[in-house]
Amino acid sequence: MAERERLNTRQRGTVFVPKSQLLSPEEVQRAVRRMAHEILERHEDIANLVIIGLQTGGICFADRLAEVIREVSGVDIETGTLDVAFYRDDVTIRPVLESAETSVDADLANRVVLLVDDVLYTGRTIRAALNALADWGRPQAIQLAVMVDRGHREIPIRADYVGKNLPTSQAEAIDATLDGVWIGTLVKK
Amino acid sequence: MIDSIAGGNLVSLATLSQRAIVEVLDTAESFVEVNSRSVKKVPALKGKVIASLFFEESTRTRLSFETAAKRLSADVLSLAVASSSVKKGESLRDTINTIDALGIDAVVMRHSSSGAPVQVSRYVPHVRVINAGDGQHQHPTQGLLDAFTVRQVLAARAGTSGRESGSELFAWLNVLIVGDVRHSRVARSDIEVYTRLGARVTVAAPGTLLPPDIAQWPVTVATNFDEALATADVVGLLRLQKERGSGAFVPSLGEFTSTFGLTSRRAKLLRPETIIMHPGPMNRGVEIDSQVADSSAAVIEQQVRNGVPVRMAVLYLTTAGTTLESGSND
Amino acid sequence: MTNPTLVIRGGLIVGPLESFLGDVLITDGRIVEVGPSITAPSGAVEIDAVGSWVGPGFVDLHTHLREPGKESAETIETGAFAAALGGYSAVVAMPNTEPSLDSVAMVGYVLERGKSAAVDVAVAGAITIGRQGEQMAPIAKLAALGVRLFTDDGNGVQDAGLMRRALTYAQPLGVTLAQHCEDESLAQGGSMHEGAVSSKLGLTGRPAIAEELMVMRDIELVRLTGCSMHFLHLSTERSIALVIEARAQGLPVTCEVAPHHLTLDETACETFDSEFKVHPPLRTAADVAALRAALRAGAIDAVATDHAPHTPESKDMAFDEAPPGMLGLEQAAGLTLEALGGAEADPQVFFNVLSRGPARVAQMREQDVRVGHSAHGGAVSVGEDANLVIFDPNASYVVDRDNLASRARNTPYHGRTIHGRARATIVRGRLVQLEGNLQ
Repeated sequence: MAERERLNTRQRGTVFVPKSQLLSPEEVQRAVRRMAHEILERHEDIANLVIIGLQTGGICFADRLAEVIREVSGVDIETGTLDVAFYRDDVTIRPVLESAETSVDADLANRVVLLVDDVLYTGRTIRAALNALADWGRPQAIQLAVMVDRGHREIPIRADYVGKNLPTSQAEAIDATLDGVWIGTLVKK
Repeated sequence: MIDSIAGGNLVSLATLSQRAIVEVLDTAESFVEVNSRSVKKVPALKGKVIASLFFEESTRTRLSFETAAKRLSADVLSLAVASSSVKKGESLRDTINTIDALGIDAVVMRHSSSGAPVQVSRYVPHVRVINAGDGQHQHPTQGLLDAFTVRQVLAARAGTSGRESGSELFAWLNVLIVGDVRHSRVARSDIEVYTRLGARVTVAAPGTLLPPDIAQWPVTVATNFDEALATADVVGLLRLQKERGSGAFVPSLGEFTSTFGLTSRRAKLLRPETIIMHPGPMNRGVEIDSQVADSSAAVIEQQVRNGVPVRMAVLYLTTAGTTLESGSND
Repeated sequence: MTNPTLVIRGGLIVGPLESFLGDVLITDGRIVEVGPSITAPSGAVEIDAVGSWVGPGFVDLHTHLREPGKESAETIETGAFAAALGGYSAVVAMPNTEPSLDSVAMVGYVLERGKSAAVDVAVAGAITIGRQGEQMAPIAKLAALGVRLFTDDGNGVQDAGLMRRALTYAQPLGVTLAQHCEDESLAQGGSMHEGAVSSKLGLTGRPAIAEELMVMRDIELVRLTGCSMHFLHLSTERSIALVIEARAQGLPVTCEVAPHHLTLDETACETFDSEFKVHPPLRTAADVAALRAALRAGAIDAVATDHAPHTPESKDMAFDEAPPGMLGLEQAAGLTLEALGGAEADPQVFFNVLSRGPARVAQMREQDVRVGHSAHGGAVSVGEDANLVIFDPNASYVVDRDNLASRARNTPYHGRTIHGRARATIVRGRLVQLEGNLQ
């Protein structure tokens, strides 16, 4: 399941080849838990939050964050998923991505949306997500939580909640799931 | 066989593998979701110019494609050539080159001659060509939306989603195609798509409306129409292709209806869960009784609705981006 | 002004029964000496034929020169150039021009224009006025002009009654009627062979039976009337078998096959490229094999090109709308060599099907009564009119559609390597082409 999700975020025809593990599963769980507490701290009315995971790498983190928040506060957070394949601005220079499901049940007006993704890199995915959200309505505010921030931004985007800052080179690739964070390379199939 | 239409043309379903077909169906599912929003538009093809070139008139298919293109934010050049000064016998090449000079990224074309899109793709290899129906050859998006509709209906019954089911729901499915197979591009496309997805296809028609070499096709020929109806999971009706000369192949429309029409009497032979389909436009009273067409077993309106997301998927996959493998995940 | 004396050196001279190495000396339009190591007079032009075959110039029974009416595609002049480059010393022009060659005036026009062409141009007259299949053309008057072959080619004569009358009328005149065998009611609307490929492509087909049924009909009409009949461009295994059987029964029938039916089959149409559209259509691989076998066995009288030029604009149409027909004069000999087995080809059979056989059917040999034409299809012996070709079976070249002598470019062989090439063509003692250059 994780493997299929991982494959879905890659370009068609490439596979992530891990080199070494940077965070163990326990370290990932701790980071998610810490972010959940940060989120609770910054939101007085936690029920007003809508957590939206970005397809496909952000889904597991969005679900886990919602779980921890429910554990700690007793409040059931509304969640959703967002696929941004159709909103990317670099569609002419990237291969066509497979699309996945978008489902957002909540009415976003007056709500605070927390976008969740696995890795923040150039920022283009988040920019596409902002474009997509604009078609869904006008939230009161949009915040961003990511498991890993690996730097190399090409757009002025920053995350509000970061699991781990990991400076990397552009030749490397990062894979982040609830089973751990790995550094490696992308190889053509 | 090609595994994906991404960055390529869609001229015939004969060259698409199962994987390529499922990719279109899955992508179409995403667009169904887009079509349910209040803003039914995504910027995926912003800046792209799509020409719709219909040498043969078809308001419904043309509007479906143009709607799909607009919902992808593409610019649409609509040329209803059938009513313009281009007459039969005028050079295809001239028409295409004129349009190409306007800088188009993709052309959706319908033509009365089989193979016209293949020839066009040779004249303008840098333009994506999408076949909206060529003579008796293929109507790929019809085949795809038919398969999409079947998957949608069966997935809903099974309580799952089409995307999750992949092609599983088609295994052991009995599809019965009735009518003018010989002259029908929809039949050729449907047979390709259903057999590739794993279904079993049976055809039923008067002898003259089957191609002479039907024994070599990957289908069974029904010897008893009533029996075939009773065992079919899907019944796909074809229109008598009068404009393609099928009129001379049967003694009269009345005789066709009495032997192969889906009359109210025959509809009673169907199982309650059998799906009835028709690519439209229907000849009510000929291949299908009005009552049957309006019954709950018929998913004809659903087929029409699915035309837009399926065509969005096709336009998106063929026209967005290139097959360049560059960039990174971010 | 007379042509210079020519001497052909060291080629394999292919006679009707045997071949031998030697030289050929040509003066004043005739062969004056044949033998080893000929001493040539001073001023004679030497033509090297070492490694090549020397034989009678090819005769094409079936060429569309398009003049009058469609000169944008080809003219008598350009068609004759294409013929010369292909090794032909004579062609028979088909009558489906505009207007048709169905009158003394039109036939006379083409014969006159042909006099200044690079090769000998004979004319096939139409069987019916306008090739409409309704009323007989003035066959006797045209025969007096020298016409020996009559055909409505482009179409077959559909009405059996009319065909019987035409055969009966022509029989005492010593001429031959030639038929494009395709029953219109069966072939109607079809643009390629009716079979698995046409079915998959959604193209209406022209079934084999459309040709075979008319072959059967005409064989019986020949039996009834006793007139000679020549079957044009037969394309199926069964058609050939029918004619062989009829010939064995002593009927005066002959037949030809076209190079494209010897080398291409229905699968060539899968790309919907109208260069491959022709009537009768490209058939199955089994038909191609059967035609080749019959050719090698000597059962086919002639290879005839059915050279059919079309302007690029007219071929640039949808497959079912484009006109049928492909070029053939320049590649026919090499393709025939391929069909005969390439390196294993029998030079006797080669010259029989390309020259001697067609010359016999067209009545253009030494012993035939000819009007205004020299003699073709000879034995390469002293005294004969010098219509010769030097053919190198080992030369090869790649077909380039932009580099043809024909005005048109509709060849299906663009990019294909052809083995075997006419290095020189001599017509009435004049060297008309040497190494691919018109003289």
